[in-house]
Amino acid sequence: MPHDHHHHDGMSPSGHPYRPDQDAPLSYFQKMEIALRELLVEKGVTTQTEINDQIERMDARTPALGAKVVARAWTDPAFKKRLMEDGSAACREMGIEVDAMKLLVVENDETTHNVVVCTLCSCYPRNLLGLPPDWYKQRAYRTRTVKEPRKVLSEFGLDLPDDVKVQVHDSTADMRYLVLPKRPEGTAGMDEEALAALINRDAMIGVAVAGDP
Amino acid sequence: MTYSVGAKVRIATMNPPGHIRTPWYLRGKTGVIERDLGPTGDPEALAYGETKGDQIRLYRVRFEMAEVWGEGAERGADTLDAEIFANWLEDAHAA
Repeated sequence: MPHDHHHHDGMSPSGHPYRPDQDAPLSYFQKMEIALRELLVEKGVTTQTEINDQIERMDARTPALGAKVVARAWTDPAFKKRLMEDGSAACREMGIEVDAMKLLVVENDETTHNVVVCTLCSCYPRNLLGLPPDWYKQRAYRTRTVKEPRKVLSEFGLDLPDDVKVQVHDSTADMRYLVLPKRPEGTAGMDEEALAALINRDAMIGVAVAGDP
Repeated sequence: MTYSVGAKVRIATMNPPGHIRTPWYLRGKTGVIERDLGPTGDPEALAYGETKGDQIRLYRVRFEMAEVWGEGAERGADTLDAEIFANWLEDAHAA
């Protein structure tokens, strides 16, 4: 009897090409990872449950955490001051651990727009924003943002006025960067939760601005 | 030596083997110390499992785009900050 499963040719219902099955042999480093993981479990150094829990912890981090931090900074000047002085400590107050890395918060205002890139690899404040978007890790973003940031921002739909200076941050070592977006006009009466909804991931990387209310 | 905020520094043009975290495009370029991030582990040693070595100071250096890219700069007065370890810094006042 012939197979009657669907053939995944063409496009998915959402309009994307189907990803081919991963039938290629394991690469050297894939084998190495499996061997190391199995040895660590066999020797009782860790357990499969611990590994899965850690993956769940990583997956649970989303830009909503960063948005909460930004909304607090917009509404609480004393918190904002602490956040600018020591980003890691201020996040810890809110129950967000930035782990071994130090968090530097850079503020957008009337005269300066900050944007973050890691030209060497893909350093990213994962504890506040979750996993980085694919484009953040790609060569085009990494090479072009340090050379022609205005053009890159423009391709993200952000055309900066001439009188705003661009400040690029190349995240080359132990610091992690969070952009504190400028608080939009017309948000004076809004509480932290409503404000957090205006703050998306891209605004905290610096390739966008906070949304309008 | 340590550098204070605002000090003019040049990034060394050396090219040692091994794991280094100083981008190519900044070597030989002059900037100013934006902030002193204090002593930290040396990635050039840590990458090879040498965890007991001396700590090394990490700085943030600010460059003008005109200095980094010359005529090719998109906007010369825009700026770029990068974290640079002390062993890559040279005093640029002396030159």
